[in-house]
Amino acid sequence: MAINKNIDRRWIFLLIFFCVALPLIFIVGLPIETTENARLVHDLVQNTPSGSTVIISFDYDPGSKPELHPMAKAVVKNCFQRDIKIMVTALWPMGVQMAADIFSQLEPEFPDKAYGIDYVNMGYKAGGMVTIQAMGKNFREVFPSDVNGTPIKELPILNGVENYNNISFVCSFSAGDPGIKQWVQIVHDTYGKPVTGGVTGVSAPGILPYVNEQKQLNGLLAGLKGAAEYEFLVKSPGTATAGMDAQSLAHLLIIIFIAIGNINYWRNKKNAANAGGE
Amino acid sequence: MKRKLPLIITFCVGIIIIISEFIPHKPFGQISGELEIWFLIISGFAILLGQLSLLKVNFLKIKFKQKNWPFFVVTLVSFAIMVTVGIFWGTESNHGILGNGEGVASLIGSKPFDYLFNNVYQHLSATMFSLLAFFIASAAYRAFIARTVESNLLLIAAVLVMLGNTSLGSFLTGWLPQSLSFLHLPNIAEFIMKYPNTAGQRAIMIGAGLGLIGSSLRIILGIERSYLGGE
Repeated sequence: MAINKNIDRRWIFLLIFFCVALPLIFIVGLPIETTENARLVHDLVQNTPSGSTVIISFDYDPGSKPELHPMAKAVVKNCFQRDIKIMVTALWPMGVQMAADIFSQLEPEFPDKAYGIDYVNMGYKAGGMVTIQAMGKNFREVFPSDVNGTPIKELPILNGVENYNNISFVCSFSAGDPGIKQWVQIVHDTYGKPVTGGVTGVSAPGILPYVNEQKQLNGLLAGLKGAAEYEFLVKSPGTATAGMDAQSLAHLLIIIFIAIGNINYWRNKKNAANAGGE
Repeated sequence: MKRKLPLIITFCVGIIIIISEFIPHKPFGQISGELEIWFLIISGFAILLGQLSLLKVNFLKIKFKQKNWPFFVVTLVSFAIMVTVGIFWGTESNHGILGNGEGVASLIGSKPFDYLFNNVYQHLSATMFSLLAFFIASAAYRAFIARTVESNLLLIAAVLVMLGNTSLGSFLTGWLPQSLSFLHLPNIAEFIMKYPNTAGQRAIMIGAGLGLIGSSLRIILGIERSYLGGE
Protein backbone atom coordinates (compact mmCIF):
# COMPACT_ATOMS: atom_id res chain seq x y z
CA MET A 1 0.00 0.00 0.00
CA ALA A 2 1.42 3.35 -0.99
CA ILE A 3 1.61 5.80 1.84
CA ASN A 4 -0.16 8.89 0.65
CA LYS A 5 1.08 12.37 1.59
CA ASN A 6 -2.48 13.17 2.63
CA ILE A 7 -2.54 10.38 5.17
CA ASP A 8 -5.30 10.98 7.70
CA ARG A 9 -3.73 12.85 10.62
CA ARG A 10 -5.85 10.87 13.04
CA TRP A 11 -3.72 7.76 12.36
CA ILE A 12 -0.62 9.70 13.33
CA PHE A 13 -2.36 10.97 16.47
CA LEU A 14 -3.47 7.45 17.39
CA LEU A 15 0.05 6.03 17.00
CA ILE A 16 1.53 8.86 19.08
CA PHE A 17 -1.09 8.19 21.74
CA PHE A 18 -0.12 4.50 21.97
CA CYS A 19 3.61 5.29 21.88
CA VAL A 20 3.21 7.64 24.84
CA ALA A 21 0.61 5.72 26.82
CA LEU A 22 1.91 2.14 26.60
CA PRO A 23 5.44 2.76 27.98
CA LEU A 24 3.87 4.62 30.89
CA ILE A 25 1.83 1.52 31.72
CA PHE A 26 4.42 -1.14 30.81
CA ILE A 27 7.78 0.36 31.84
CA VAL A 28 10.63 -0.65 29.50
CA GLY A 29 13.46 0.76 31.66
CA LEU A 30 15.75 2.19 28.97
CA PRO A 31 19.15 3.34 30.30
CA ILE A 32 19.64 6.90 31.55
CA GLU A 33 22.94 8.60 30.94
CA THR A 34 23.93 11.83 32.69
CA THR A 35 25.28 14.87 30.90
CA GLU A 36 27.84 17.35 32.17
CA ASN A 37 25.15 20.02 32.59
CA ALA A 38 23.12 17.84 34.97
CA ARG A 39 26.24 16.87 36.90
CA LEU A 40 27.13 20.55 37.36
CA VAL A 41 23.74 21.22 38.96
CA HIS A 42 24.14 18.20 41.21
CA ASP A 43 27.71 19.16 42.19
CA LEU A 44 26.58 22.66 43.14
CA VAL A 45 23.96 21.28 45.54
CA GLN A 46 26.32 18.63 46.89
CA ASN A 47 29.11 21.16 47.53
CA THR A 48 26.85 23.62 49.34
CA PRO A 49 27.49 23.41 53.10
CA SER A 50 24.67 22.17 55.32
CA GLY A 51 22.75 24.98 57.00
CA SER A 52 23.22 27.36 54.05
CA THR A 53 20.24 29.20 52.62
CA VAL A 54 19.37 29.01 48.93
CA ILE A 55 16.65 30.53 46.77
CA ILE A 56 14.54 28.20 44.64
CA SER A 57 12.32 30.12 42.25
CA PHE A 58 9.26 28.44 40.75
CA ASP A 59 8.85 30.33 37.49
CA TYR A 60 6.36 28.06 35.75
CA ASP A 61 2.70 27.12 35.70
CA PRO A 62 0.76 23.84 35.29
CA GLY A 63 1.31 23.86 31.51
CA SER A 64 4.98 23.01 32.04
CA LYS A 65 4.41 20.88 35.12
CA PRO A 66 5.14 17.48 33.49
CA GLU A 67 8.66 18.60 32.57
CA LEU A 68 9.63 20.98 35.38
CA HIS A 69 7.87 19.53 38.40
CA PRO A 70 9.95 16.30 38.58
CA MET A 71 13.25 18.19 38.43
CA ALA A 72 12.08 20.75 41.00
CA LYS A 73 11.02 17.94 43.31
CA ALA A 74 14.36 16.14 42.91
CA VAL A 75 16.36 19.32 43.63
CA VAL A 76 14.24 20.25 46.67
CA LYS A 77 14.60 16.69 47.95
CA ASN A 78 18.38 16.82 47.49
CA CYS A 79 18.51 20.14 49.39
CA PHE A 80 16.49 18.62 52.24
CA GLN A 81 18.81 15.60 52.34
CA ARG A 82 21.76 17.96 52.67
CA ASP A 83 20.05 20.15 55.32
CA ILE A 84 20.07 23.17 53.06
CA LYS A 85 17.49 25.82 53.94
CA ILE A 86 15.17 26.82 51.11
CA MET A 87 13.63 30.20 50.41
CA VAL A 88 10.96 29.85 47.73
CA THR A 89 10.00 32.68 45.40
CA ALA A 90 7.83 32.79 42.27
CA LEU A 91 8.02 35.13 39.31
CA TRP A 92 4.97 33.42 37.82
CA PRO A 93 1.65 33.69 39.71
CA MET A 94 1.01 29.95 39.74
CA GLY A 95 4.54 29.09 40.79
CA VAL A 96 3.32 29.47 44.38
CA GLN A 97 0.94 26.53 44.02
CA MET A 98 3.61 24.51 42.21
CA ALA A 99 5.98 24.98 45.15
CA ALA A 100 3.27 24.20 47.71
CA ASP A 101 2.50 20.95 45.87
CA ILE A 102 6.13 19.81 45.99
CA PHE A 103 6.53 20.55 49.71
CA SER A 104 3.28 18.72 50.50
CA GLN A 105 4.51 15.70 48.45
CA LEU A 106 7.80 15.65 50.35
CA GLU A 107 6.25 16.15 53.79
CA PRO A 108 5.80 12.42 54.60
CA GLU A 109 9.41 11.72 53.58
CA PHE A 110 10.84 14.62 55.63
CA PRO A 111 8.53 14.98 58.64
CA ASP A 112 11.24 16.79 60.62
CA LYS A 113 11.46 19.68 58.15
CA ALA A 114 9.56 22.63 59.62
CA TYR A 115 8.03 25.54 57.75
CA GLY A 116 9.70 28.82 58.67
CA ILE A 117 12.82 27.04 59.94
CA ASP A 118 13.93 24.76 57.09
CA TYR A 119 11.94 26.28 54.25
CA VAL A 120 9.71 29.24 53.55
CA ASN A 121 7.42 30.22 50.69
CA MET A 122 7.64 33.96 49.99
CA GLY A 123 4.97 33.84 47.30
CA TYR A 124 4.58 35.55 43.94
CA LYS A 125 5.85 39.01 43.17
CA ALA A 126 5.12 40.84 39.92
CA GLY A 127 7.87 42.82 38.22
CA GLY A 128 10.18 40.12 36.83
CA MET A 129 13.72 41.41 36.43
CA VAL A 130 13.14 44.50 38.60
CA THR A 131 11.97 42.25 41.47
CA ILE A 132 15.22 40.28 41.23
CA GLN A 133 17.20 43.52 41.13
CA ALA A 134 15.37 44.96 44.14
CA MET A 135 15.96 41.72 46.09
CA GLY A 136 19.69 42.32 45.65
CA LYS A 137 19.40 45.49 47.73
CA ASN A 138 17.06 44.21 50.44
CA PHE A 139 14.80 41.15 50.47
CA ARG A 140 12.67 42.65 53.21
CA GLU A 141 11.45 45.54 51.09
CA VAL A 142 10.36 43.19 48.29
CA PHE A 143 8.98 40.46 50.56
CA PRO A 144 7.91 42.03 53.85
CA SER A 145 5.96 38.84 54.66
CA ASP A 146 5.67 35.26 53.43
CA VAL A 147 2.80 33.78 51.38
CA ASN A 148 0.70 33.29 54.56
CA GLY A 149 1.18 36.91 55.60
CA THR A 150 3.63 36.08 58.41
CA PRO A 151 6.04 39.02 58.85
CA ILE A 152 9.59 38.23 57.81
CA LYS A 153 10.98 38.96 61.33
CA GLU A 154 8.87 36.09 62.72
CA LEU A 155 10.47 33.58 60.33
CA PRO A 156 13.66 32.11 61.90
CA ILE A 157 14.96 30.90 58.51
CA LEU A 158 15.35 34.51 57.39
CA ASN A 159 17.27 35.73 60.44
CA GLY A 160 20.30 37.53 59.07
CA VAL A 161 19.25 37.05 55.46
CA GLU A 162 19.23 40.53 53.94
CA ASN A 163 20.22 40.12 50.30
CA TYR A 164 22.09 37.83 47.91
CA ASN A 165 25.24 38.07 50.05
CA ASN A 166 23.53 35.74 52.53
CA ILE A 167 22.47 33.21 49.88
CA SER A 168 24.59 30.30 48.61
CA PHE A 169 22.99 29.98 45.19
CA VAL A 170 19.80 30.60 43.23
CA CYS A 171 17.99 27.82 41.39
CA SER A 172 15.22 28.74 38.97
CA PHE A 173 12.81 26.34 37.32
CA SER A 174 11.70 28.34 34.38
CA ALA A 175 9.16 27.97 31.59
CA GLY A 176 9.85 31.31 29.91
CA ASP A 177 10.02 34.97 30.68
CA PRO A 178 10.58 36.10 33.45
CA GLY A 179 12.74 33.22 34.51
CA ILE A 180 16.22 31.78 34.61
CA LYS A 181 17.67 34.29 32.11
CA GLN A 182 16.79 37.23 34.38
CA TRP A 183 18.21 35.44 37.45
CA VAL A 184 21.50 34.94 35.56
CA GLN A 185 21.66 38.54 34.38
CA ILE A 186 21.15 39.98 37.86
CA VAL A 187 22.21 37.44 40.49
CA HIS A 188 25.28 36.11 38.69
CA ASP A 189 26.32 38.98 36.45
CA THR A 190 25.71 41.76 38.99
CA TYR A 191 26.13 40.06 42.38
CA GLY A 192 28.44 37.17 41.41
CA LYS A 193 26.38 34.43 43.06
CA PRO A 194 26.02 31.01 41.40
CA VAL A 195 22.80 30.44 39.47
CA THR A 196 21.49 27.10 38.32
CA GLY A 197 18.16 25.57 37.38
CA GLY A 198 16.05 23.80 34.83
CA VAL A 199 14.03 24.71 31.77
CA THR A 200 11.60 23.05 29.38
CA GLY A 201 13.09 21.10 26.46
CA VAL A 202 11.98 23.68 23.88
CA SER A 203 13.56 26.63 25.68
CA ALA A 204 16.88 24.86 26.45
CA PRO A 205 18.67 25.90 23.21
CA GLY A 206 18.08 29.56 24.07
CA ILE A 207 19.44 29.20 27.61
CA LEU A 208 22.43 26.93 26.91
CA PRO A 209 24.74 29.84 25.86
CA TYR A 210 24.73 30.90 29.53
CA VAL A 211 26.41 27.61 30.50
CA ASN A 212 29.94 28.72 29.69
CA GLU A 213 33.48 29.10 31.04
CA GLN A 214 32.40 32.09 33.14
CA LYS A 215 29.76 29.82 34.74
CA GLN A 216 27.03 32.39 34.24
CA LEU A 217 24.79 29.39 34.68
CA ASN A 218 26.07 26.53 36.79
CA GLY A 219 24.73 23.64 34.72
CA LEU A 220 21.24 23.24 33.36
CA LEU A 221 18.53 20.59 33.56
CA ALA A 222 16.92 20.55 30.13
CA GLY A 223 13.43 19.10 29.80
CA LEU A 224 12.27 15.70 30.96
CA LYS A 225 15.68 14.18 30.23
CA GLY A 226 17.37 16.69 32.55
CA ALA A 227 14.87 15.80 35.25
CA ALA A 228 15.47 12.06 34.74
CA GLU A 229 19.23 12.64 34.89
CA TYR A 230 18.90 14.46 38.22
CA GLU A 231 16.65 11.70 39.58
CA PHE A 232 19.36 9.25 38.53
CA LEU A 233 22.11 11.30 40.20
CA VAL A 234 20.23 11.49 43.51
CA LYS A 235 19.23 7.80 43.16
CA SER A 236 15.55 8.61 43.46
CA PRO A 237 13.67 7.54 40.33
CA GLY A 238 10.41 9.40 39.90
CA THR A 239 7.96 10.49 37.23
CA ALA A 240 10.70 11.81 34.92
CA THR A 241 12.47 8.44 34.84
CA ALA A 242 9.16 6.74 34.08
CA GLY A 243 8.39 9.30 31.37
CA MET A 244 11.70 8.80 29.54
CA ASP A 245 10.54 5.53 27.95
CA ALA A 246 7.44 7.26 26.59
CA GLN A 247 9.47 10.20 25.30
CA SER A 248 12.02 7.88 23.66
CA LEU A 249 9.38 5.91 21.79
CA ALA A 250 7.51 9.08 20.76
CA HIS A 251 10.76 10.52 19.34
CA LEU A 252 11.43 7.27 17.49
CA LEU A 253 7.95 7.38 15.98
CA ILE A 254 8.46 10.98 14.86
CA ILE A 255 11.73 9.94 13.17
CA ILE A 256 9.88 7.11 11.41
CA PHE A 257 7.26 9.64 10.21
CA ILE A 258 10.03 11.91 8.92
CA ALA A 259 11.53 8.96 7.01
CA ILE A 260 8.13 8.07 5.50
CA GLY A 261 7.56 11.71 4.50
CA ASN A 262 10.94 11.81 2.74
CA ILE A 263 10.44 8.49 0.95
CA ASN A 264 7.11 9.82 -0.33
CA TYR A 265 8.68 13.06 -1.46
CA TRP A 266 11.44 11.36 -3.43
CA ARG A 267 9.08 8.83 -4.97
CA ASN A 268 6.68 11.57 -6.09
CA LYS A 269 9.62 13.53 -7.48
CA LYS A 270 10.85 10.49 -9.41
CA ASN A 271 7.35 9.80 -10.75
CA ALA A 272 6.99 13.41 -11.85
CA ALA A 273 10.38 13.26 -13.63
CA ASN A 274 9.43 10.00 -15.37
CA ALA A 275 6.07 11.47 -16.46
CA GLY A 276 7.85 14.58 -17.80
CA GLY A 277 10.31 12.44 -19.77
CA GLU A 278 7.63 10.35 -21.52
CA MET B 1 2.16 69.59 28.57
CA LYS B 2 0.08 66.40 28.44
CA ARG B 3 2.74 64.82 26.25
CA LYS B 4 5.78 66.73 27.49
CA LEU B 5 5.46 65.72 31.14
CA PRO B 6 5.63 61.92 30.50
CA LEU B 7 8.59 62.52 28.18
CA ILE B 8 10.43 64.51 30.87
CA ILE B 9 9.70 61.83 33.51
CA THR B 10 10.90 59.08 31.14
CA PHE B 11 14.09 60.98 30.36
CA CYS B 12 14.91 61.69 34.03
CA VAL B 13 14.16 58.14 35.21
CA GLY B 14 16.07 56.56 32.31
CA ILE B 15 19.16 58.73 32.89
CA ILE B 16 19.13 58.10 36.68
CA ILE B 17 18.91 54.32 36.16
CA ILE B 18 21.78 54.37 33.64
CA ILE B 19 23.98 56.52 35.93
CA SER B 20 23.19 54.30 38.96
CA GLU B 21 24.57 51.28 37.07
CA PHE B 22 27.95 53.05 36.81
CA ILE B 23 27.84 55.00 40.11
CA PRO B 24 25.87 52.84 42.57
CA HIS B 25 26.50 55.32 45.43
CA LYS B 26 24.43 58.12 46.99
CA PRO B 27 22.25 59.64 45.70
CA PHE B 28 21.90 57.53 42.51
CA GLY B 29 21.87 54.08 44.15
CA GLN B 30 19.26 55.24 46.64
CA ILE B 31 17.02 56.84 44.00
CA SER B 32 17.22 53.83 41.68
CA GLY B 33 16.33 51.55 44.63
CA GLU B 34 13.30 53.72 45.33
CA LEU B 35 12.30 53.65 41.65
CA GLU B 36 12.51 49.85 41.66
CA ILE B 37 10.02 49.73 44.55
CA TRP B 38 7.71 52.09 42.61
CA PHE B 39 7.95 49.77 39.63
CA LEU B 40 6.88 46.78 41.78
CA ILE B 41 3.85 48.74 43.06
CA ILE B 42 2.86 49.75 39.52
CA SER B 43 3.30 46.09 38.39
CA GLY B 44 0.73 45.08 41.02
CA PHE B 45 -1.76 47.54 39.53
CA ALA B 46 -0.96 46.21 36.05
CA ILE B 47 -2.43 42.85 37.12
CA LEU B 48 -5.69 44.59 38.06
CA LEU B 49 -5.63 46.47 34.76
CA GLY B 50 -5.15 43.18 32.92
CA GLN B 51 -8.20 41.70 34.62
CA LEU B 52 -10.33 44.74 33.75
CA SER B 53 -9.10 44.56 30.17
CA LEU B 54 -10.00 40.85 30.00
CA LEU B 55 -13.53 41.65 31.21
CA LYS B 56 -13.99 44.53 28.75
CA VAL B 57 -12.67 42.66 25.70
CA ASN B 58 -14.79 39.58 26.38
CA PHE B 59 -17.94 41.58 27.19
CA LEU B 60 -17.67 43.47 23.92
CA LYS B 61 -17.19 40.27 21.92
CA ILE B 62 -20.30 38.77 23.50
CA LYS B 63 -22.30 42.00 23.10
CA PHE B 64 -21.64 42.16 19.37
CA LYS B 65 -22.01 38.38 18.96
CA GLN B 66 -18.63 38.03 17.31
CA LYS B 67 -17.47 34.70 15.84
CA ASN B 68 -17.28 31.93 18.49
CA TRP B 69 -18.82 34.26 21.10
CA PRO B 70 -20.02 31.37 23.35
CA PHE B 71 -16.33 30.63 24.13
CA PHE B 72 -15.98 34.14 25.57
CA VAL B 73 -18.97 33.44 27.83
CA VAL B 74 -17.07 30.38 29.13
CA THR B 75 -14.03 32.58 29.81
CA LEU B 76 -16.08 35.11 31.77
CA VAL B 77 -18.00 32.47 33.74
CA SER B 78 -14.73 30.68 34.63
CA PHE B 79 -13.15 33.98 35.63
CA ALA B 80 -16.17 34.91 37.80
CA ILE B 81 -16.23 31.50 39.52
CA MET B 82 -12.52 31.57 40.42
CA VAL B 83 -12.68 35.17 41.68
CA THR B 84 -15.85 34.47 43.69
CA VAL B 85 -14.62 31.31 45.43
CA GLY B 86 -11.27 32.98 46.06
CA ILE B 87 -12.86 36.03 47.67
CA PHE B 88 -15.42 34.05 49.72
CA TRP B 89 -13.31 31.17 51.04
CA GLY B 90 -9.74 32.22 50.23
CA THR B 91 -6.95 29.97 49.05
CA GLU B 92 -4.84 27.33 50.80
CA SER B 93 -2.77 29.95 52.59
CA ASN B 94 -5.23 32.86 52.82
CA HIS B 95 -8.58 33.45 54.51
CA GLY B 96 -11.62 34.62 52.54
CA ILE B 97 -14.36 37.05 53.60
CA LEU B 98 -16.56 34.12 54.70
CA GLY B 99 -13.75 32.63 56.79
CA ASN B 100 -11.42 29.74 56.13
CA GLY B 101 -14.03 27.57 54.37
CA GLU B 102 -13.70 24.53 56.70
CA GLY B 103 -17.31 23.50 55.98
CA VAL B 104 -16.88 23.44 52.20
CA ALA B 105 -13.42 21.91 52.52
CA SER B 106 -14.81 19.00 54.56
CA LEU B 107 -17.23 18.27 51.70
CA ILE B 108 -14.84 18.40 48.74
CA GLY B 109 -11.48 17.78 50.41
CA SER B 110 -9.97 21.24 49.98
CA LYS B 111 -11.02 24.86 49.63
CA PRO B 112 -13.09 25.49 46.46
CA PHE B 113 -10.37 27.65 44.87
CA ASP B 114 -7.68 25.01 45.46
CA TYR B 115 -10.08 22.23 44.43
CA LEU B 116 -10.76 23.91 41.08
CA PHE B 117 -7.09 24.78 40.60
CA ASN B 118 -5.85 21.25 41.33
CA ASN B 119 -8.60 19.31 39.60
CA VAL B 120 -9.61 21.50 36.67
CA TYR B 121 -7.07 24.17 35.80
CA GLN B 122 -3.90 22.08 36.21
CA HIS B 123 -5.22 19.28 34.01
CA LEU B 124 -6.61 21.58 31.33
CA SER B 125 -3.34 23.45 31.20
CA ALA B 126 -1.25 20.26 31.00
CA THR B 127 -3.58 18.92 28.29
CA MET B 128 -3.09 22.02 26.14
CA PHE B 129 0.69 21.59 26.40
CA SER B 130 0.52 17.85 25.73
CA LEU B 131 -1.43 18.39 22.52
CA LEU B 132 1.80 19.75 21.08
CA ALA B 133 3.17 16.20 20.86
CA PHE B 134 0.42 15.24 18.40
CA PHE B 135 0.86 18.33 16.25
CA ILE B 136 4.66 18.07 16.23
CA ALA B 137 4.43 14.47 14.99
CA SER B 138 2.02 15.46 12.24
CA ALA B 139 4.04 18.56 11.28
CA ALA B 140 7.34 16.63 11.25
CA TYR B 141 5.86 14.15 8.74
CA ARG B 142 5.02 17.00 6.36
CA ALA B 143 7.73 19.59 7.01
CA PHE B 144 11.04 17.75 7.51
CA ILE B 145 11.67 17.04 3.84
CA ALA B 146 15.23 16.91 2.44
CA ARG B 147 14.72 19.34 -0.47
CA THR B 148 17.92 21.41 -0.26
CA VAL B 149 21.37 21.21 1.37
CA GLU B 150 20.15 23.44 4.24
CA SER B 151 17.06 21.34 4.86
CA ASN B 152 19.26 18.21 4.76
CA LEU B 153 21.48 19.68 7.49
CA LEU B 154 18.44 20.64 9.56
CA LEU B 155 16.95 17.19 9.15
CA ILE B 156 20.14 15.36 10.16
CA ALA B 157 20.71 17.65 13.17
CA ALA B 158 17.08 17.25 14.27
CA VAL B 159 17.20 13.45 14.09
CA LEU B 160 20.52 13.25 15.96
CA VAL B 161 19.37 15.63 18.72
CA MET B 162 16.00 13.87 19.00
CA LEU B 163 17.69 10.50 19.44
CA GLY B 164 20.51 11.80 21.62
CA ASN B 165 18.14 13.51 24.01
CA THR B 166 16.30 10.32 24.86
CA SER B 167 17.22 7.07 26.54
CA LEU B 168 17.00 5.47 23.12
CA GLY B 169 20.22 7.22 22.07
CA SER B 170 22.13 5.67 24.97
CA PHE B 171 20.53 2.31 24.22
CA LEU B 172 21.37 2.31 20.49
CA THR B 173 25.03 3.36 20.71
CA GLY B 174 25.89 2.44 24.29
CA TRP B 175 27.84 -0.61 23.07
CA LEU B 176 30.41 1.49 21.20
CA PRO B 177 33.99 1.21 22.54
CA GLN B 178 35.59 4.17 24.33
CA SER B 179 37.71 5.02 21.26
CA LEU B 180 34.50 5.63 19.27
CA SER B 181 32.67 7.50 22.03
CA PHE B 182 32.43 10.57 19.78
CA LEU B 183 29.88 8.57 17.75
CA HIS B 184 27.75 7.92 20.83
CA LEU B 185 24.40 9.62 20.10
CA PRO B 186 24.10 11.57 23.40
CA ASN B 187 27.64 12.90 22.81
CA ILE B 188 26.75 13.97 19.25
CA ALA B 189 23.56 15.67 20.51
CA GLU B 190 25.54 17.42 23.25
CA PHE B 191 28.11 18.60 20.69
CA ILE B 192 25.40 20.01 18.38
CA MET B 193 23.72 21.82 21.28
CA LYS B 194 26.98 23.08 22.76
CA TYR B 195 28.72 24.44 19.65
CA PRO B 196 26.62 25.10 16.51
CA ASN B 197 23.47 25.87 18.52
CA THR B 198 25.23 28.08 21.06
CA ALA B 199 27.08 29.97 18.32
CA GLY B 200 23.80 30.74 16.52
CA GLN B 201 22.00 31.63 19.73
CA ARG B 202 24.80 34.00 20.81
CA ALA B 203 24.64 35.82 17.49
CA ILE B 204 20.88 36.27 17.94
CA MET B 205 21.36 37.40 21.57
CA ILE B 206 24.01 39.98 20.67
CA GLY B 207 21.81 41.32 17.87
CA ALA B 208 18.78 41.49 20.16
CA GLY B 209 20.86 43.17 22.88
CA LEU B 210 22.08 45.89 20.52
CA GLY B 211 18.50 46.38 19.29
CA LEU B 212 17.30 46.71 22.87
CA ILE B 213 19.92 49.37 23.65
CA GLY B 214 18.89 51.29 20.52
CA SER B 215 15.17 51.11 21.39
CA SER B 216 15.82 52.14 25.00
CA LEU B 217 17.84 55.16 23.92
CA ARG B 218 15.11 56.18 21.49
CA ILE B 219 12.52 56.01 24.29
CA ILE B 220 14.71 57.87 26.83
CA LEU B 221 15.52 60.62 24.34
CA GLY B 222 11.86 60.97 23.35
CA ILE B 223 12.37 59.91 19.72
CA GLU B 224 10.16 56.84 20.13
CA ARG B 225 6.79 57.97 21.54
CA SER B 226 4.39 55.21 20.55
CA TYR B 227 4.12 54.07 24.21
CA LEU B 228 2.25 57.33 24.92
CA GLY B 229 -0.51 56.32 22.51
CA GLY B 230 -1.50 58.08 19.31
CA GLU B 231 1.18 59.02 16.73
